[in-house]
Amino acid sequence: MKLHDRQLRDIYVDLLIEAAKKHPNLVIVEADLMKAAKTTGFAEVFPERTVNVGVAEANMIGVAAGLSNMGKLPFTHTFTPFATRRVYDQVMLSVAYAQLNVKMVGSDPGIMATLNGGTHMSLEDVGIMRNIPTMTIFEPVDGVQLAGMFDQIIEHYGPVYIRLLRQEFPSIFEEGTQFTLGKASKIKDGSDVSIFATGIMVHEALQAREILAKEGISASVVNIHTVKPIDKEAILEEAKKTRAIVTAENHNIINGLGSAVAEVLVEHDPVVMERVGTKDHFGEVGKKEFLMEKFGLLASDIVIAARRAVERKR
Amino acid sequence: MDKRAYLEAQAKEIRKETLRCIGSLGVGHVGGSLSIADVLAVLYFDKMHIDPKQPNLPERDRFVLSKGHGGPAVYATLAIKGYFDRSLLSTLNQSNTDLPSHTDKNKTIGVDMTTGSLGQGFSAAVGMATALQIDKAENKVYAIIGDGESQEGQIWEAAMFAGSRGLDTLIAFTDFNKFQIDGAVSDINDIAPLDKKWEAFRWHVQVIDGHDVMAISDAIDVAKNTKGMPSMIILNTVKGKGAFFAEGQAGSHNMPVSMEMANEAIERLGK
Repeated sequence: MKLHDRQLRDIYVDLLIEAAKKHPNLVIVEADLMKAAKTTGFAEVFPERTVNVGVAEANMIGVAAGLSNMGKLPFTHTFTPFATRRVYDQVMLSVAYAQLNVKMVGSDPGIMATLNGGTHMSLEDVGIMRNIPTMTIFEPVDGVQLAGMFDQIIEHYGPVYIRLLRQEFPSIFEEGTQFTLGKASKIKDGSDVSIFATGIMVHEALQAREILAKEGISASVVNIHTVKPIDKEAILEEAKKTRAIVTAENHNIINGLGSAVAEVLVEHDPVVMERVGTKDHFGEVGKKEFLMEKFGLLASDIVIAARRAVERKR
Repeated sequence: MDKRAYLEAQAKEIRKETLRCIGSLGVGHVGGSLSIADVLAVLYFDKMHIDPKQPNLPERDRFVLSKGHGGPAVYATLAIKGYFDRSLLSTLNQSNTDLPSHTDKNKTIGVDMTTGSLGQGFSAAVGMATALQIDKAENKVYAIIGDGESQEGQIWEAAMFAGSRGLDTLIAFTDFNKFQIDGAVSDINDIAPLDKKWEAFRWHVQVIDGHDVMAISDAIDVAKNTKGMPSMIILNTVKGKGAFFAEGQAGSHNMPVSMEMANEAIERLGK
C-alpha cells in the first residue's frame, strides 16, 4: 500500500478494506459523509458491511454500539464536532460505559475544517473525549503512522477516537517505522527545550526546531500521537533532560495535549512549560494559512514559546 | 394449566417480586416497572429463545429495556426464570450491587444492553437487529420503550432508520402507560397519534391491551410473521398496574414504597 503523497482518507479506506478481509466482523457505520471520507470505496467492496444511517449522528453511535454488542467491529465516521460534542452522551453511555468496542473516526480536526467554518471547527473534541474513562485518543501525523497503528487499534478492545486528517500532508515518518499505541514517537533529539506536538503541528514543530537551531537553541521534537493514554515516561524523560517543555496542538490549549502534558508535569516534575494552540476561542471560516496565523499555530509561534520557556528556566 | 393462566401467574409473580425488590430499598420506579410485567411474562416464559443456564448463547433472542428505569421488573423476571437467586432482588441499588436502578449488561446476568439515558437503548437495539439482518440470522431483538421516552429525538432517528432498512429482526413495544415524571404525557408533549407515527415511519403497528397476556402473545406471533418491516406493538397499559398505591397514579414514576406497602400490595394480588 502506498503511504506517501496520498490523501489520508484514501489510505484510511485502503486500511479499512485490508482489515475487513482479515476481520469478517468489521463493519462501517456512517452518517451521510461517506463521500467526504471516501468510504464509498469500502462500500463498493463490502456493501453488506456498510451501514449508512443518514444525517443522524446520535443514532449512528447507538447503532454502532448495538452492532458491537453482537460481536461486530464497527468503525463510525463523521466530522470531528459531530463525532464528539453532538454525540457525547451516546459515546459516554452506549459505547464506553457499556464497555463496547467502537472505533470512532472524526475527520477535519480543529482548524482543518477551514471553509466549513466555526460551526464545523472542533477545538474541544480532544477535551471532550479525554474526559471519558477507557477512551483512547489517536491523531495520526501521516499515512505511515496511520497504517502502522491500524492493527493495534483493531486489536485493542475498547473505544478509540481517531482524529483523522483527510487531506494530503508531507510524510514525517519513513515507511516501516514502528509505532505503539500510547507510546510517544521521538522525531528529533535536543538538549535545551522539548516540543511535544500532535497532528498538523508536528510539521510546524520541525520547522521551529530549525529556526531555534540557528539561534543556538537545541530542541527535541516528540510526537504524541496518543493523547490518551498519555505517555508519562516520554514526558518525564524529556523534562528531566531539558527542563523546558512546549506543547503544540491544533486544539484549544485547555483540555487537550497541553493540559494532558501539564497534568503529568505538575504531579511529577513541575518544570517550565508553554502551550501553543488556540487560546480559548471559537473557530471561524477561512483557509488553513489564515487560520494558522490567526490562532497562533505557526512554527513562529512555537519558536516564541520555546524561547520564552528557555528564558524562564534560566 | 392453560397458557393464559400460566402466563398470568408468571406476570403476577413478576409483580410480587418487583414489589419486594423495590420495597426492600424503600423507593423506586414502581409505576413503569409494574406496567411491563405482562409483556415480560410473555417474552420470558413463552416467546423468547433463551436459556438461563447459557445466558451468553450466541443464537439466543435479545432483549433491550430502553426505558432502563424499569430495571426492577426485569430483575424480578430474570430471577424467576432462574438466571440468579431471588435473594439477590433485595440488593437493588445497595452498595456494590449487581442490580442497579437502570439495567446494565456488565452487572446483571441476563441483561443484554446497558440503558438508562432515554432513547439510547432503542438505537442500540436497532444496531443489534441490524447485526442479525447482516448475518441473515433467525433470532430476534425485542425492545421496550416508554411513552415519555418517545419524546426523545433519538427514538425517531432509530425508528426512521429501522423502517427504511426493513428491519424485521426487531420487535419493539411501547409501554403506553400515559404518565411521565411531570404528569400526563398528553399534557406535557403529546405523542398522539402514536400508531400513525410508527406507520408513517414504515413500521408494522399493532395496538393492544398491554395487560392481556394472550393478546401480547398473539401480537408477537403476528410480528414474527411480518417480513420486510420492523414491528411496533403499542401496549395500552396502566402505570403501577397491580399495586393499589400506585395504579394509574401520575406520581408512581419513582415513589417511596415501604415493605409494609409492598406486602399489602402483594397480599391483594392474591395467590
